[in-house]
Amino acid sequence: MELISLISLTFIPLLIGFILLYGTFKQVPTYESFVEGGKEGIKIAVSIIPFLVGMLVAISIFRASGALDALMNWIRPLTKAMGVPAEIVPLLIIRPISGTAALGMTSDLIAIYGPDSFIGRLASVLQGSTDTTFYVLTVYFGAVGIKKMGDALKVGLLADVVGIVAAIAVVALVFGTK
Amino acid sequence: MVNYIWVFMTIIGIVFALINGTMEEVNKAIFDGAKEAVTLCIGLISVLVFWLGMMRIAEESGLLERLSKLFRPVVKIIFPEVPTNHPAMGYILSNMISNMFGLGNAATPLGIKAMEELKKLNGGKNAASRSMVTFLAINTASITIIPTTVIAIRMNYKSTSPTEIVVPTIIATILSAIGAILIDRYFYYRRSRKG
Repeated sequence: MELISLISLTFIPLLIGFILLYGTFKQVPTYESFVEGGKEGIKIAVSIIPFLVGMLVAISIFRASGALDALMNWIRPLTKAMGVPAEIVPLLIIRPISGTAALGMTSDLIAIYGPDSFIGRLASVLQGSTDTTFYVLTVYFGAVGIKKMGDALKVGLLADVVGIVAAIAVVALVFGTK
Repeated sequence: MVNYIWVFMTIIGIVFALINGTMEEVNKAIFDGAKEAVTLCIGLISVLVFWLGMMRIAEESGLLERLSKLFRPVVKIIFPEVPTNHPAMGYILSNMISNMFGLGNAATPLGIKAMEELKKLNGGKNAASRSMVTFLAINTASITIIPTTVIAIRMNYKSTSPTEIVVPTIIATILSAIGAILIDRYFYYRRSRKG
């Protein structure tokens, strides 16, 4: 654990130091390049705003109205038949839609069932091994102005399903279902 | 597709609010959602400016190119349409590496840069190219080595072994990444068969 936290703690500063030294060594005008690259960042961040506002408002309405809860109740028998514990279903549905909500749910599940329970471990692995598909889609495509997404959403959501099945199977195999 | 999903979520939400009498919550949600989105973007400015600045140095010094040379064989299999020496390769790789270390806020700017380069490769069209869909699929499967946030939460709740989920997470994430690539391939071949 200490080694891992040491690595994640020193990784970014080391990376920055390395990039700067390498740039200086290759005689890049480091500071000027940094500023030029940074300017692009502002443009990108501002250009994402409308995409994210549209998506988050729709998601908020869907959640606040109670439609999301209804959807979960509706799906529950199906997931139960597949051997997915009912407690974890809300997290499964939220995970691709909202990153902050999913993080909140994961800590909730860990708090209630304990970090070393089946549910706690499953929530941990799920949180770590999948990402917020809608957010990634909105931000990445929004930033570069892609309007026709093709199969991207379908592929992303199906990949999430694979990730969920994999997480459940791995946790059950490694730790058992207690 | 996104248009339909977007309208669907909003309309179903409003209809639900009418039936359930949750209009008050929905009204609040509209403005909270918009505010959260802007707050998120403003928060992104700092990391975007910083990492894109750093990456500009890495690009101009040739560091990105060296990195892409190193991993070229693997990435070439996943992204057959990206020319080997194209800057997109370097950005795709740096994005994947940042994701692996759980550095989400470094991964996003790099991912956006990669998308930009992929769009240039696609002649600047506003439709997603094959490589873009693949890149997105890999990103949503999010290959993780150190799930830092989760470990922190587990420590908070006094787990006897906060890091015991690291290996299972790696296995699950590899499986889902492989799944993502296979699903992406399937859709690609289906598309190309239709012409």
